[in-house]
Amino acid sequence: MLRTLRTNNDRTLMILFTIIVLAGPLILAPVGAGYPDLMQRFVIYGIFAIGFNILFGLTGYLSFGHAAFLGVGSYSALWMMKLLSINILPAIIFSVVVSGLFALLIGFISLRRSGIYFSILTLAFAQMSYNLAYSVLTPITNGETGLQLDLDDPRILDGATEAGRLASPSLFGLEMGDTAVVPFLGMELQFNVGFYISALILIGMFYLSLRIFRSPFGMILRAVKSNQTRLNYTGFNSRPYTLTAFVISGMYAGLAGALLVCMDPLAGAERMQWTASGEVVLMTIMGGAGTLIGPVLGAGIIKYFENIFSRINESVVQGWFSALPEGLADFLVAVVSPFLGSGWHISLGLIFMLVVIFLPGGLVEGATRILNLFKRLSQARKAPADRADTDSTDEKRSSEGPSSSSVNTRES
Amino acid sequence: MDAILLQVLNGLDKGSAYALIALGLTLIFGTLGVVNFAHGALFMIGAFCTVTFNNLLSYERVTLSDTELSPWGTPLEIQTPYVELWFGELGATMIDYSVFWSILFAIPVMLLIGIVMERGLIKHFYKRPHADQILVTFGLAIVLQEVIKSVYGANPIPQPAPEAFVGSIDVGVWIGMAENSLVYPIWRLVYFLFAAVVIGSIFAFLRYTTFGMVVRAGMADRETVGLLGINIDKRFTAMFGLASVVTGLAGVMYTPILSPNYHMGMDFLVLCFVVVVVGGMGSLAGAVAAGFLLGILQSFASMPEVKDFLLGFSIDQVIIYLVAVIILLTRPRGLMGRKGVMET
Repeated sequence: MLRTLRTNNDRTLMILFTIIVLAGPLILAPVGAGYPDLMQRFVIYGIFAIGFNILFGLTGYLSFGHAAFLGVGSYSALWMMKLLSINILPAIIFSVVVSGLFALLIGFISLRRSGIYFSILTLAFAQMSYNLAYSVLTPITNGETGLQLDLDDPRILDGATEAGRLASPSLFGLEMGDTAVVPFLGMELQFNVGFYISALILIGMFYLSLRIFRSPFGMILRAVKSNQTRLNYTGFNSRPYTLTAFVISGMYAGLAGALLVCMDPLAGAERMQWTASGEVVLMTIMGGAGTLIGPVLGAGIIKYFENIFSRINESVVQGWFSALPEGLADFLVAVVSPFLGSGWHISLGLIFMLVVIFLPGGLVEGATRILNLFKRLSQARKAPADRADTDSTDEKRSSEGPSSSSVNTRES
Repeated sequence: MDAILLQVLNGLDKGSAYALIALGLTLIFGTLGVVNFAHGALFMIGAFCTVTFNNLLSYERVTLSDTELSPWGTPLEIQTPYVELWFGELGATMIDYSVFWSILFAIPVMLLIGIVMERGLIKHFYKRPHADQILVTFGLAIVLQEVIKSVYGANPIPQPAPEAFVGSIDVGVWIGMAENSLVYPIWRLVYFLFAAVVIGSIFAFLRYTTFGMVVRAGMADRETVGLLGINIDKRFTAMFGLASVVTGLAGVMYTPILSPNYHMGMDFLVLCFVVVVVGGMGSLAGAVAAGFLLGILQSFASMPEVKDFLLGFSIDQVIIYLVAVIILLTRPRGLMGRKGVMET
């Protein structure tokens, strides 16, 4: 696998990524996020965001309806579990295929327009799917209640085995919910089967996106982003390429939806709502659109803060400021508490706005800026007169760094 | 025939709301070239202006009664709004008609919000790519929506229509039909008339005033107008404020029909985007026409006959999107879209 990556940078990135993901329980336990449910969410939304990034980061087509594919993936995976087998493998394969077909249909129509039209069209389609799932298609989606496993599901392959209790999703007998708890340095590390299955899939998907980014196909998608008209003039018909990217990212979303069902066999229509579509856009932008690692980073950060922030209520905030004089403490509590707990969406929206305004390349761009600053500082100290050297590093940065922002600003 | 007329009438109120919001969207889009995802939030803020104003008006003084007792033995609390104390009968009427008074309250508020939004945030995004504009207004929409949620709570707050406008009237009699064949709620009729007046005055303003003429010229060719020594930015800011007022008023008057809740803005916004796309990006007349058209279409789709025809599937929730797809496949620029608007 590693030999297929052309540069050493990519190899290091891939190895580091694999190690970090696999060591997830060890890394996340100290920050209070080391429990299976949340870790699985990190990984699943990471897959979702990577897929979204293949469309948005590479082609610049901003889809506001990606949650529809997540929802379709969830529903089809759950139906597979109900009808065929509780094994997650057929469910995942089926949902990827179905969401791919669905993406083909929607992409075929929406990609006739670009820019704002495209965003609005995908948003409309997602909202339509949501409405369909919520009301019209109730026989398939179970409407408001949401679809779930049932005791009298037929399950052709393994339905007869365990009567009397709801089956839980498993991979050839390995149950997704199984967790090995290992005490380590006073912490409890939870190694969960579901997490590791999702993590392996995430690593595979990350590798796939790395290959797409480095492939000629990826180059054409980038060309679409920087100047589609010129690309058309050089004789490329860009639509098949963008459609392929759309379908690929729809399949990623379907995969994420299927994994969500594997984690917790329940699928509701609200998974397809525009807020869910907005969330994946937030994740990608927050981490850095068009970069490899950004979307996973963004997904992790948003899911982490969703979990941590939304659990902080007013009494916790009061605990923070209890050491201060009373009037000041009350004032600070009154200022801070609307942004936490149930109101954490306000802070999410604010952070998102700040990122879009000041750091359009996301956190990855922020990190590169800081790194470059340090590099320049150390260079300035070493050789103050050496102009040529700094020039060449500048050039290098703009050509290979996460260049989404520099491409962005060039479009008018 | 009656049934058809009734559905047309039923579609009018939703259609009016769509038309007003879509008009605001198109005003902003046509002048500044920005797609405002926070526009739904303006509609919602307008609706909550009514709630706020109503709360302010009916702010009550609580006194304990000397003679009467409440069912559990304590002195009865008498709640009298201050307005009634000060103005007597007139005060009570004021509270009853608070929806209309809210219009006066909402106009300066919405104007201020619009101008602050444009000067404070959107101004800095003219040179940025459209994706950034969408994203930042989307973030703003989340923030506004959540702020309203944290102030007013997540539950819808019902707002009564004025006493005189509660109930229905027999519209059929006016046009020479049998009695009770065409009965229609009064407030919806009021809403339609209100929308017609607002839309008419916007068009008149753009058509017959010098200010409107300059704005239209700026929409056609911003650069040339700027070169002629006209400060077009200032006028466009004013248009943003105006669009915000139009949308806010649509929200104010809609409160008796739909109890304001914090997510109503986004629900309407998605539909209004479709309306704008169907009408043709940048075309004011297209937005209004498509708004009414889709509203009426939606009410037709909810007829039981249509449902029977489609073997029991109710398509009123999705008809708008289906129409949008068909229109975009056949007429990619929308009904009245011009060439060269948002073609990239």
